[in-house]
Order: sequence, then structure tokens, then C-alpha cells
Amino acid sequence: MYELPNLVPALPEILLAVAALGLLMVGVFRKKDATGFVGGLAVAALVVAGIVEVNLARVPVVTTLGGMFVLDGFAVFVKALVLLAAVLTAIMSLSWLRQEKLGQFEFPVLLIFATLGMMMMVSANDLMALYLGLELQSLSLYVLAAYHRDNLRSTEAGLKYFMLGALASGLLLFGASFIYGFTGATGFDAIAKALGDGASVPVGVTVGIVFLLAGLAFKISAVPFHMWTPDVYEGAPTPVTALFAVGPKIAALALLIRVMVGPFGHLVEQWHQVVVALSLASMVLGAFAAIHQTNIKRLMAYSSIGHVGYALIGVAVGNAAGVRGVLVYLAIYLFMNIGTFTVILSMRQRGRMVEQIEDLAGLSKSNPLMALALAIFMFSMAGIPPLAGFFGKLYVFIAAIQAHMYTLAVLGVLTSVVGAYYYLRIVKVMYFDEPADSFDRPIGRSMTFILTGTSLVILLFFLFPEMLLTGAETAAASLFHG
Amino acid sequence: MTDWHLLSLVTFLPLLGAVFILTVRGDEAVVARNARNVALLTSSVTFLLSLGLWFNFDPTTANFQFQESAPWLPGLGINYRMGVDGISVLFVLLSTLLTPLCILSSWEAIKVRVKEYMIAFLILETMMVGMFCALDLFVFYMFFEGVLIPMFVIIGVWGGPRRVYAAFKFFLYTLLGSVLMLLALLAMYFAAGNTSDIPTLLAFNFPASMQPWLWLALFASFSVKVPMWPVHTWLPDAHVEAPTAGSVILAGVLLKMGAYGFVRFSVPMLPEATITFTPLIYTLSVIAVIYTSLVALAQEDMKKLIAYSSVAHMGFVTIGLFAMTQQSVEGALFQMLSHGVVAGALFLCVGVVYDRMHTREIAAYGGLVGRMPRYALVFMVFMLGSVGLPGTSGFVGEFLILLGVFQVNTWVALFTTTGVVLGAAYMLYLYRRIIFGKLVRPELKGILDLSLREVVIFAPLVILVLWMGVYPTPFLEMFHASVAALIEKNEIARAATTAATSALALAVH
Repeated sequence: MYELPNLVPALPEILLAVAALGLLMVGVFRKKDATGFVGGLAVAALVVAGIVEVNLARVPVVTTLGGMFVLDGFAVFVKALVLLAAVLTAIMSLSWLRQEKLGQFEFPVLLIFATLGMMMMVSANDLMALYLGLELQSLSLYVLAAYHRDNLRSTEAGLKYFMLGALASGLLLFGASFIYGFTGATGFDAIAKALGDGASVPVGVTVGIVFLLAGLAFKISAVPFHMWTPDVYEGAPTPVTALFAVGPKIAALALLIRVMVGPFGHLVEQWHQVVVALSLASMVLGAFAAIHQTNIKRLMAYSSIGHVGYALIGVAVGNAAGVRGVLVYLAIYLFMNIGTFTVILSMRQRGRMVEQIEDLAGLSKSNPLMALALAIFMFSMAGIPPLAGFFGKLYVFIAAIQAHMYTLAVLGVLTSVVGAYYYLRIVKVMYFDEPADSFDRPIGRSMTFILTGTSLVILLFFLFPEMLLTGAETAAASLFHG
Repeated sequence: MTDWHLLSLVTFLPLLGAVFILTVRGDEAVVARNARNVALLTSSVTFLLSLGLWFNFDPTTANFQFQESAPWLPGLGINYRMGVDGISVLFVLLSTLLTPLCILSSWEAIKVRVKEYMIAFLILETMMVGMFCALDLFVFYMFFEGVLIPMFVIIGVWGGPRRVYAAFKFFLYTLLGSVLMLLALLAMYFAAGNTSDIPTLLAFNFPASMQPWLWLALFASFSVKVPMWPVHTWLPDAHVEAPTAGSVILAGVLLKMGAYGFVRFSVPMLPEATITFTPLIYTLSVIAVIYTSLVALAQEDMKKLIAYSSVAHMGFVTIGLFAMTQQSVEGALFQMLSHGVVAGALFLCVGVVYDRMHTREIAAYGGLVGRMPRYALVFMVFMLGSVGLPGTSGFVGEFLILLGVFQVNTWVALFTTTGVVLGAAYMLYLYRRIIFGKLVRPELKGILDLSLREVVIFAPLVILVLWMGVYPTPFLEMFHASVAALIEKNEIARAATTAATSALALAVH
């Protein structure tokens, strides 16, 4: 007799799936202003999913759906971040869709599907589930990247992302097949059991881990798998870029952490150096390559590469403190990035989007509050206390020093100084240079709301750090439970 | 007084003023007037409150006073902890004194974006005061680094023609040193058993194998901030480009942060490494004293000259701190205070003529004594204070330092003394070129003497320089107990090192 699996842990995912399919129908049958209507409902669905998610019981670990799906404190924390990113980018994109007169209701639906994919990734407890979540996310994002289909750069971005993404998926599958071949299992728990205490590791598993890592490194755009990032960031519609910069990165990093410390937790020696190399290369390239950028979206692409490098320090440490560092870092990174992209999205002159750094010249005079917000984000990204970005770096470096990884820590802080240069350059353009054309105003109520919210979070984080820090701590601890 | 949370009040009151200014709306003139008034009021009240520290401070103990504590970063056991001892209390007062004077001196000089300027200064004050009060490594670091943001903006927005270059150089130089310090602080946190509490760390003995690394990482940060030769090159640029008040704070307080770092962290927490590296400090400081004095002699720009003289004077301070005798350390701390007042005042003096003539070229002036007698008098007091004439504050500090150093290392004392001679040379030469001689330039004919506002700014500084020079006891008394404790700890470490070396020598034989 077939027994229905426990679906409660996957309730938010089911909810989103149903909502996405339902909204497709709504969009087809609704005659006027389908986009706005569907968009509003999509935001509501994401919010509801978020509320359900944070209220789910997280008794240490729940696995369901035949062990393919796992829900623990870690998953809840990361999914909450992913949903928050999705809600904020959904709100941003609605105002963008209106301004660009791209009235297609599929956009918010695709956004939900992408979010669903990310959530599946975070909860994946099996190589198959991992791949399915990843592909659902990626396919939705390919379409979103090319969404502005009359725009040459947007279609180029979509195509590039698709080609390279397919390659990465191939690498990942190849690695997964190796692991399956040498351990005879796809479930993470079964793999862990097959590998035992890691005393004797079949060489095939090591090869598999490396390919798996390569595939995931592509998704988080860690160097040397970052080539697509600047082009896709530049070409994709700005709200989609905002989503790229946070959602998929957070989900893929969470996935990376779960795979690495879960089934391969005992094989730290096997993958540790690879992650260290990825981290170092990302930090260095992110810092140096950004210096000469003139397009702010490209700059943000390199900046995100650098940030992934810092987050990977925490992964390389590979213990609860390291994971806590990554989670704190990602949460703060989310707010900084969403805020920055809100400003970029508001860079419109006479109804057209502009995205050169010089276009920001003298923003402190023409729009002081927006300039102040962007300056807060930039100083925060540079890691200057007392802004939130500093605490993200602090928690990552604490883990590294505790684990005696001094070289990585020293190189990390040194590249952060190089990185500070280009963040300061934006502050310089806004505050020290003479005003250029001012941007169109007003930027809209929802955008003002996001901008104010995110900048206050970054600015005042040092006053109320407990919530995030304790949350990250319990989330990280749950991953190492048992 | 502990119920008052006096230190937090003094630290965060300026920030409150800044938030208030941020909310001021209206047309530009009204906003500017309100911003000036609020900034002056807040910083004056802050100063008056900080006087409570002076009157209620107990100089007989080396313990931290006015302590406050509240949990801050959970999971790491990091607390928000504040407190002052004899070493730090006077620097809090120095910061709170200089800020209202700076705001007053910018009253007319700053005409654009007054609101932002005042906000930046008040934030700067919060960061400076907080840094001297912090009793937790990470609270300290937060304030220490936080200074960079307002200072970057002050130099970059209201600075001179090369302001962008100077602002970037200032920011990146300091940041580069500081991030290494952050790693050292983290390592100290773990080495001492997951605590970042400064009093606990002061009592903790760090393993000798770790000390040199920690010391060098801290040195990377503090030496840039002091600044010591050869990492001083950001200072002349920053000083020349910064607006007058920015230079005053830079010379008056920011340079003290490096020396304060040495005396708060490097010297007491890492005594063995301090002994190892003392020759390095001596060498760099002696070079700084002689070389930068010679460089100062050749300057054509008033601000640059005073900037180089600052490097030389801070060389005295570092020598005094590392000579580790009661006189030399007290002298160094006194010299830090004195230099804060004197160098700050000298930059204000430059600001006075700059506001009138809009040039800092020494050659553009001459013979001002006829048109500006009051200015000549005030300038003379500070010039002599900088030279170290007996009766001014500069003399007491330099004398005590030299007295202390002479007992430890005669050669260092000898070389350092040449700095005094050179200091007299470049300062007197500067004074002669600006104040004396014939007033030949036509554009100087109409120059006006000090206004009432300027007299109000200079009066407290003149009084301080003379008071500290004639009757330094109240200031030195503040230091005694804390410095004695510092020296004692250093003596123990020195004895231990000597014992270890002789034991090693015996073992080898």
C-alpha cells in the first residue's frame, strides 16, 4: 500500500508551485493589466511562502519525499533569504516592467519558478533532487535574462548564460555520475554511509567531487568559472541582474555548503584546497578586474565575484563557525546588493535607463538621499565599520583565524583594500564631481521603500545585530547536528 | 556618575546632533544657519559634559573608570564596553575641545553644503571619542576605522584642488594598515580564550612565539596612523588638501590614534615583542625627527611645513613611548596632548590668513605684524610652543622625553635633540617670513586682524599652551598611576626575557 509522504516540510514549495501554475491561468484569462495583477499576486504568494517557511517546525532535521528533501534550520534560514530576495526583486521588476512597457505576465511567473528551483536546491538531499532544483532555477533564469527580447544585449546575455550554464550542468552531472558509480548511491546520507569515515576514498569520488564543485562554482560565478558573469550582468534587464546577484548565488552557495559538509564532510582534505583556490582567485580577480570598469552593472558583476570569494573563505573553513560566517555574509550581502540595484534601476534620464558610472556624477547634489544610500552601500561593501558589510567580513575572518588559515585571511583583507578603491570611486563620482544630468524623479513609492529599508538595515545593523547573528548561529549549528 | 553613562553620552551625543541636522529642511541659507548652530551647540554641550570626566576622574588608580558594559555580538561574547584610564581620559577631552573650535573656525570658511559638513564633523567626533573610550577590541576597531568615512568625505568634498588624490591616499593607506590589525585583533581574541575585553587582555600573557607577528600587524596600522617614516607620505597630501578644520582634527586627534594604539595595545599586551622591536622604532623615529625636520625647512607651503613638523614631533612621541621609563612615557603622552593643541592651533593660524588671501604660499605673505598685531602674537605663542620654548607646553613634553630616553639610550637622545634645534630653525624661519619683514605686497595692505570669532577660537588654546607649559602637574598627575602600571608590566617582561636569555646562555655553555 502506498503511503503519502509527509508534505508539511515542503509546504512553501508546494504553495509556490501551485501559485505559479494558477497565475499562468489567471494571466491568460485576465484581459486588462494582466501583468500588474499577476505581479501583485506573485508578490503575495512569495510573501505567504516566506511566512509559512519561517514558521515551519525545524525540529533538528526532517527528511521527507523518500529522503530526497531535507528541512533543517539551515534550509529555513537560507530559504528565508532567497524568498526575501525574490520578493524585493519582484517588486523592483514590477515597476521596471511598467516603465519599459513590457506588459507580459510571464515575468513574475518565471520569477516564482526560479525561486522554487532555488528553494529545492537548498533542501536537496540527493544528487537527483539537487540537479532538478538547479535546472528549474537555471531554465527560468535563462529566459528571464533574455526577457527584453528586442534588446540585442539582453538576448545575447540570455544566450551566453544558457550555453555556459548548460556546460556547467553537464560538468555537474558528470561529477554526479562518478560519485554514483563509485558509491552506488545518490542520496547524501547513503553516500556518506558508503564513504564511511573517509579513510580510503576511491579516486573516482574525488574526481566526481571536483566536477561537482566546478559545476557549482559556475553557478556562484567563482573564478575561474566566472567568464559569463560580467556579460550577463550587463546585458540582462536590471531587476533580473539584481536577482542574479543574490538569489541564485545564495541558493547555490547553500547547496555547495550542504554537499561539501554533508556527504563529503569527512573528505575535507580532498576538497579543501579546491575551495581555497576558488576563494583566492575570486577575491583577487574581483578586486583587480573591477578597477577599470565604467559600466556600473559590470562593476557589480566583478564586485559579486569578489564577494563570493569572501563567502567561500567560510566554506573553506568547513566548520560551524565557517558556515555561520557565510550565512551572515550572505544575509548582509543581500541587503547591500538589492539596495545598490534599486539605485541602478532608478538611474533614468529622460525616460531612458543609463548605466555608466559617470552618470552618477554629482548625485549628492541632485538627489542627496539616493546618493547617501548608495554611499552607505558602497562603504558597507568595502567593509568599513560600523556598516553592516564589516560584520559580514568580520564573521568570515573570525572563522578563518580560528581555523589558523592565516594566508587566506591575510590575502582576503589585502584584496578588500583593493576592492575599497573602486567602491570609493563611486562615492567620489557622486560626492566630489560636479553634477551631470540629474535623474528622473520621482523614482516611485515601492522603489523608495526598498531603498530606505535596505539602507537603514545596513546603516543600523550594528545597533541590532542579535537577530541575524543568533539566527545564523542556530542555522549553522543545525547543519552539523549529529 | 556610573549611572549617567557619561562616556556613552559624550560619545553619542554628537551623533544625535548629526541625526537632528539631517532632518533640517528648508531653503539653503536657513539650513546652513541651523546646521551651524546645532553643530556648535551639540559639540559645546559634549565638551561641557566631558569636563565631568576631568573633575570626577580618580588619578590615584590605574584602573579603568566610568565603566559601562552591555552585550553586543552574541555567540562571540563580545560586549560593548567603555571606560577610560589615565592614559585615555585626556584625549577624550582633547577631542571634545577641538571639535567645537573646528566648527567655529568653519563658520564662514565653509559656504557650500554646510549641512553635510557639520554632519561629517559630528560623526567624526563620535568616532574619535568612542575610540579613546573603547574597552573592547572590536568596539575599538569599529571606531578606529569609522573615522575614515567622515574624514574621507571632509577632504574630498571641501578640500583643495588635489583633494580626490589626497582623500584616496589617506583612506587606502590607513585601511591597508588597519585590516592587518583586524586580523591581529582576531588572533588575540582567540589566543586569550575567546575574549576581546581590553582589561582582561592587558593582564593576559600572550605566548612569545605569537607576539612578534601580532606586534608587526598592529605596527602596520599604528605606524601609518602616527605616521612614522617612511609611511608618512599620505599626511602632507591630506593636510594640504583638507579644509582648515579637517587639518586641525587630523593633526590634533587623528595622529594621536596611532600613538594611543601603541600605548594601549602593542606596549602593554606584547611586552616581549616590544623589547625586540624597540630598536626598529628608535631608528624610524630618529630618521623621522631629523629627515622630516630638514624637509620642513625647505617647504614653500605653510600647511606642508606644519605637516612635516607633525611627523617630526610624533617621532619624539614614539621614541618616548618605547623608551619605557616613567618620565619618557609621561613625556610622550604630554607631548601628544601638547602637539594636539599646538599643531591644531597652527593649522588654525594658517586658516586665518588662508581665509583672507586664499593662498598658503609662504612667499605670498610677509610683514603681517604691522597690519595684524593680535594675529602675530597668537601665532608667536603657538610657534614657540611648537619649538618647545620653556614656559610653553611643548617644552615639558620634549624635555621629559629626552630626560627619559637619555637614561636608556644616549645616542638616541643625542639624535633626537638635533630635532629640537632643527624644529626651532624651521619654525622661526616660517614666522620670520610671514610675520616680519616689510609689507611689500599690495594685496596684503587691506588685510584685517583677528575678528572676535577668531579670538574666541584662539583664546582657550593660548591659555592651554601656557597653562600646560607653566604648571603641567594637573595633567601629569592624570598619567602617573596608569603609566606606573604600564612600566611595571614592562619591567617584569624585561626581567623574564633577560632571565630566559641567560638561562639559554647557560644551557649553551
